[in-house]
Amino acid sequence: MGRLRLAARMLVRDWRAGELQLLAVALTVAVTSVTSVAFFGDRVNQALTRDAHQLLGADLLITSDHPLDPRFSGEARKQGLASASSTRFISMARRNEASQLAGVKAVSEGYPLRGRLRIAPALNVADAEADRVPGEGGVWVDERLALALGVGVGDAIELGASRLTVSAILTLEPDRGVTFFNLAPRLIMNVADLPRTGLIQVGSRVTYALLLAGERQAIDTYARWARASLGRGERVQGLDSARPEIRAGLDRAKQFLGLTALLAVVLAGVAIGLATRRYTERHLDNYAVMRCLGAGQRQLFALFAWEFVALGAIAAVLGCALGYGTQHLLSGGLSQFIAAQLPLPSWVPAAQGVLLAFVMLLGFALPPLTRLGRVPALRVLRRDAEGGGDWPLLSYGAGIAALSGLVLWQADDVKLGAHALAGFAGAGLAFAVVAYVALRLAARAGRFGGVAWRYGFANLRRRARSSTVQILALALGLTAILLLTVTRGDLLAAWRAKTPPDAPNRFILNIQPEQRAPLAQFFRDRGLPPVPILPMVRGRLAAINAVEVSAASYEEQRTKRLVEREFNLSYLDVLPAHNRITGGSWFSARDRERGALSIEDGIARTLGVKLGDQLTWVVGGQTFTAPVTSIRRLDWDSMQVNFFVIATPPLLERHPTSYITSFHLAGRHAQVMNQLAQAFPNMTVVDTSAILRQALAVMERVVEAVQVVFLFTLAAGLLVLYAALLATEDERVREAAIMRALGASRGQVASAQRAEFIAIGLLAGVLAAAGATGIGALIADRVLHLDYTPNAWIGLWGLGLGAACIAVNAMASVRAALSRPPIAALRAAE
Amino acid sequence: MTEPSIQPVVRVAGLSKLVPNGDATLAILQDIELAVMPGEAVAVVGASGSGKSTLLGLLAGLDLPTAGSVHLAGVDLFSLDEDGRAALRKRLVGFVFQSFQLLAPLTALENVMLPLELAERDDAEAQARAMLARVGLGDRLRHYPKLLSGGEQQRVALARAFVVEPKVLFADEPTGNLDADTGAAIIDLLFELNAERGATLVLVTHDEMVARRCTRQIRLAGGRIVNGAR
Repeated sequence: MGRLRLAARMLVRDWRAGELQLLAVALTVAVTSVTSVAFFGDRVNQALTRDAHQLLGADLLITSDHPLDPRFSGEARKQGLASASSTRFISMARRNEASQLAGVKAVSEGYPLRGRLRIAPALNVADAEADRVPGEGGVWVDERLALALGVGVGDAIELGASRLTVSAILTLEPDRGVTFFNLAPRLIMNVADLPRTGLIQVGSRVTYALLLAGERQAIDTYARWARASLGRGERVQGLDSARPEIRAGLDRAKQFLGLTALLAVVLAGVAIGLATRRYTERHLDNYAVMRCLGAGQRQLFALFAWEFVALGAIAAVLGCALGYGTQHLLSGGLSQFIAAQLPLPSWVPAAQGVLLAFVMLLGFALPPLTRLGRVPALRVLRRDAEGGGDWPLLSYGAGIAALSGLVLWQADDVKLGAHALAGFAGAGLAFAVVAYVALRLAARAGRFGGVAWRYGFANLRRRARSSTVQILALALGLTAILLLTVTRGDLLAAWRAKTPPDAPNRFILNIQPEQRAPLAQFFRDRGLPPVPILPMVRGRLAAINAVEVSAASYEEQRTKRLVEREFNLSYLDVLPAHNRITGGSWFSARDRERGALSIEDGIARTLGVKLGDQLTWVVGGQTFTAPVTSIRRLDWDSMQVNFFVIATPPLLERHPTSYITSFHLAGRHAQVMNQLAQAFPNMTVVDTSAILRQALAVMERVVEAVQVVFLFTLAAGLLVLYAALLATEDERVREAAIMRALGASRGQVASAQRAEFIAIGLLAGVLAAAGATGIGALIADRVLHLDYTPNAWIGLWGLGLGAACIAVNAMASVRAALSRPPIAALRAAE
Repeated sequence: MTEPSIQPVVRVAGLSKLVPNGDATLAILQDIELAVMPGEAVAVVGASGSGKSTLLGLLAGLDLPTAGSVHLAGVDLFSLDEDGRAALRKRLVGFVFQSFQLLAPLTALENVMLPLELAERDDAEAQARAMLARVGLGDRLRHYPKLLSGGEQQRVALARAFVVEPKVLFADEPTGNLDADTGAAIIDLLFELNAERGATLVLVTHDEMVARRCTRQIRLAGGRIVNGAR
């Protein structure tokens, strides 16, 4: 107990004397940056899962082709789950002479259980969330059905034997998802009106669904019960995946954020190492005195260990609190795009933060601290008495290993984490080697200058090791700052460019060959830019390398479904924009002659298709086989029309083809859609503007979040710089005092130090520019999958920042060295 | 009637310290024999490099000899391990150094409290305050060493040395960093405190005036005692 109290007192005393601030700030920055990202990621993950439930309109869905047995809803009541029902079928809706096939959904009160419907009081006016389902006798129709039937709110339509009144325009069904095909215009009605329509009869194709929502545990219990109780034609639907177009952006953002936090952690680690080293240097004598006063080695080690543990605990708690607060800032605006309210984060990030603080202390502070334990008491009499030299690099091994483990855990992505760690380690090593070699060369070159330069460069050689550490730290700090200022801007710009605000927000399907010219004319007449009209042929994959393909050949559900359905194939001579060849090459003249295929990277992997494989397709009853000559990577964020498989034109152009296009429709041209629907009634228009808007908004928020986390990394970078500058200050002050005592002028002292600083600063600046460019390119390529052009100015920026550091360092150091009379400096250094 | 036998507080037998110097060996101390009785004040004098500080380091168990033994209050120092020697110092020894060796992050009061705290004494603060008042620094409790003059720093060091009521006080050139007047005042105080507390004093100095105030002088030359041994 007495030891703990003494440790607490020592903590307070060291703090008061300014010995621990740098260490504490570095630790807090590391914990804050990691926990804020972890808290944020945790909440977004939870929200995405919940958001995925909105796609179902529920947490769990029981569907059936016949009315569900009441025991399903009975069991739900028993488990305390909320429930609602929907009945879906296709039917003809009529108004006077106009009629249109519509997807009808009859819903019960409470529908949907997750997410909200959105409705508008008229066509082309602002919509709002609906707080209930259509009342009895009323229906909600979507824009396409309203246009097709020529009805507005208040008009009556006929559905089967009943007559219902349009009471709102349906603008968003969260549980509808986005499927581009077989989209019928939508109509939602109250289930109570269903019997009067007389549409549900024996043999009708109807899907009955029971929607369920509740506590996760109850849902899991229910799902197990339901799966065991399913009858013929009944299915349980859980989550497949969240909305891919938003998930992709957020996943990438999380990686970006994770990497940024990781950078902060590594930098903070460097700062902690430097700060502890300085602390140790300054405490060697104190330690010896305490040994002299009778403190045992174990007692002293325990004393300092407790002091640091207490410091770690305080930094961890503070960092977690700040991280939690920052996360609120990060997720503040995001909630409106993902879900009504983000779920609260779990305790896991806080645990990670606390663990991180201690691992960092252990890894970066313990090795220099162990040096204190080796200080002999004799040092009080003879200053040169040392307990072994500098700590060996090996002693950092355990700490670095532990930190790596933590980073991998936090990154939640072993490949990415390993990449980043290897990158940092490689950069650190390269920096150290280059710095060391350059110092030796500079020392040689320095022989030719004046006294001050010679002395300065001789110092570089003499202190080659500590100068290397300083350059390494400076270069790392500057790398971070360059990454965060110059490279960050470039990366964000490249990222934003992927989904420009004028990305396509409407798709037109079912364009017939003879409608291509009139459609192009339609756009021209309205002053709209020309749109690419791309051919599309439906085909089924029959065999890979002459081995027949069926759903049974694959384990994964998603792959099974993929194989069962028909693919949308296209045939093109020119590689579409937003496509990048990652294997093989685009169609050559010879490929055109023989017939060849280009396949998307992801689906190739799912199906196990490689370059050169022979794929056999059945299209319109005919079979053809062609080799895969290229693999493409697609930019799904671009919102353009994308094809999994593209063939050389001669292979497919004789088959029945329809065409597809996508374009951006500005809000002011909304009436164009009505005209389009009238001019080309057979075409299907899919409006993705809501999704695009959401994706863009999410991205903007994420960019803001990234900026906030960048600040922590920036802070960590600055800390490293500061710690690096402090690292040799004591020594410099003493040397300057000796030089002054020997009669050197202030100018001579200053220029000797300047020579050293110039070499160190310039070297660090050049290394940092190279490091920032390399890391930026790596992040762009491996993480963000962006095309990134390094900034040509970064070299100048690096040199400039290096020079700025020199200036600050030189000023501070010279001031520290010269502000006191030499005797005071010498006495203080004794 | 026989006098009660008084044991020496410090007893040194056959003490040598050799260090390798290239291929040869350099003898810093050779065959030192010495006994210091309770209450004595012994000055160790000699030229620079005569081995004074090395001897002091060995007497306090801060360093290890090549041969020989040192008994401190009857305990064989070098039969103990490093922590054992530290524990013995905590119980018996006070120190005063040429360069004061105050802990810079600690105030005057905290510096004096430190040895008591290391011994886990509850009355650390009260004792330290009293001791600082005794050395005339009752109004400087919250001052940091760098704000104190050299003389004041050495007073704090004296307070720190005597606050644990040591049996033996080792002083290494206590006036070496002070001007003559301040040095004289510090020596006065040192002897006063020594007399008050009945400690045994072993003082290394090259100041003959200081040495003469001690009850006995031991002169070292070339690592051997040339006179004053008993």
